[in-house]
Amino acid sequence: MPEPILSLNALDAHYGDFQALYGVDMALDDGEVIAIIGANGAGKTTLLRSVSGLMSNAADQIRYRGQPIGMLRADEVAALGIALVPEGRQLFPSLSVEENLLIGGRLKRPGPWNLRSVFELFPVLEERRAYPSTALSGGQQQMVAIGRALMSNPDLILFDEISLGLAPVIIKSIYDALPGIVGEGMSAVIVEQDISKALSVSDRVYCLMEGRVTLEGASNSVSRDAISHAYFGID
Amino acid sequence: MDWVNAIVQGTLLGGLYALFAAGLSLIFGVMRLVNIAHGDLIVLAAYLGLTVVVTTGLHPLLALIIVIPVMAAIGYALQRGILNQTLGDDILPPLLVTFGLSVILQNVFLEGYTADPQKMDAGAIETASISLGGLSLGILPLLTFAIAVGVIAGLQFIFYRTPLGRSFRAVSDNQDIAQLMGLNKRHIFGLAMALALAVTAIAGILLGIRTSFDPTAGGARLIYGFEAVIIGGLGNLWGTLVGGVILGVAQTIGAKIDPGWQLLAGHIAFLFVLAVRPNGLFPRVSG
Ligand SMILES: Nc1ncnc2c1ncn2[C@@H]1O[C@H](COP(=O)(O)OP(=O)(O)OP(=O)(O)O)[C@@H](O)[C@H]1O
Ligand SMILES: [Mg+2]
Repeated sequence: MPEPILSLNALDAHYGDFQALYGVDMALDDGEVIAIIGANGAGKTTLLRSVSGLMSNAADQIRYRGQPIGMLRADEVAALGIALVPEGRQLFPSLSVEENLLIGGRLKRPGPWNLRSVFELFPVLEERRAYPSTALSGGQQQMVAIGRALMSNPDLILFDEISLGLAPVIIKSIYDALPGIVGEGMSAVIVEQDISKALSVSDRVYCLMEGRVTLEGASNSVSRDAISHAYFGID
Repeated sequence: MDWVNAIVQGTLLGGLYALFAAGLSLIFGVMRLVNIAHGDLIVLAAYLGLTVVVTTGLHPLLALIIVIPVMAAIGYALQRGILNQTLGDDILPPLLVTFGLSVILQNVFLEGYTADPQKMDAGAIETASISLGGLSLGILPLLTFAIAVGVIAGLQFIFYRTPLGRSFRAVSDNQDIAQLMGLNKRHIFGLAMALALAVTAIAGILLGIRTSFDPTAGGARLIYGFEAVIIGGLGNLWGTLVGGVILGVAQTIGAKIDPGWQLLAGHIAFLFVLAVRPNGLFPRVSG
């Protein structure tokens, strides 16, 4: 049995005195796509921030290819090949579209993604390459955020609510692009409010409630009842 | 003609003020740090220049070859060793620490070089001048202004045309997200301070050639630099040059009316701009 690319072992996370995650266990195999669902405030963003090094955690609560990474800074985690598409896009307003992408690629990890392939994936970005990133629509900004993460050629990519606030047709076009992204052996963790969307793009699903895992299962076999129970804590 | 002369001389003086200001502006732009010790670091560069000139016999302008890298190294070490630790949500710690640094530097100068005013001798270039349409323009002020324009153009190029500048802007925009791009903000801040003190080295040498300086000379230079930055608008390098020129022109015009009014006129111009345009003349548009 191959080693998981990412494993969380009794992961706790705190904001000051407030504890946001309680003993979360999770494992992700190489090339696998998992979805994390859960209500607002369940701890999904906190989990992704922990993995990407933006929160400080105990070293061995997060392992990447077997190595403890919980204590690493975000720039060190990024260099290992983990990229985050953050909630709310968070582009650099002082940088143009192209510069946002280029800075994503500054780690120069080898792989299929570069300016050219990102522009092929999202052609509209090439037309707007010289625009300030603030001059794009929400959907276009999300494309930049995804492209920026891809530019580092990560082995593991974390998506935090990439469809939030976008029109359905934009969401569809972004999700249509997803198989072409994670198909190339890239593993992914997708946080998504839209449960059926989450189930359709993932191999397995985890549900979080108030900082704890309440459900884990194969995306094509978990029942609706089990999900609503895990999601809301009611039968 | 006297008035035209005052304006031209003030403009050239503004170049020196812009050099005082550029490092201050750069540091504030990248890491929101107000460096109270900036003026004393300018004076440190002047003393280093003096030491190099005295020990090697080099011309003060050639001493830059040594003083620039030394100041840049001091900047990187200062940032990584001390200043990074003070940066956070609270703006008070960096103010206090750089204030403390200012006091320490002044005492070091006093110990090392006594309280006597010092000056660097740049030879004939100090008094050389060219006549232009009835005006007599000093070579040194002209050179200073040209260097200021070159430095600002260079900083502008680094900021907007190079990967390093991209990193500066990204860290300035959002430190967390910049870290996600693999940028170590502590290192980037160190590089920004190194660049700022490299500019400070140029400012210090030109100051030490133009006028005499003593251990307490930093305070006034901090004020001039600060005023030039604010007049021009925070985070705008060309604006900083304009700010320096406005300050310089106000001072020479003030001095023309009454020699005692030189400094006062500069401060009044600063307060006037602040009252009319609280964000300076050319504030940065985004962010
Ligand atoms: N910066 C912070 N300081 C203090 N508490 C925080 C902070 N960020 C999040 N929290 C708290 O941590 C808990 C988990 O938040 P988190 O953002 O991880 O939830 P989420 O599942 O991503 O929610 P959403 O679906 O709304 O994005 C919440 O109770 C939230 O109030
Ligand atoms: Mg969230």
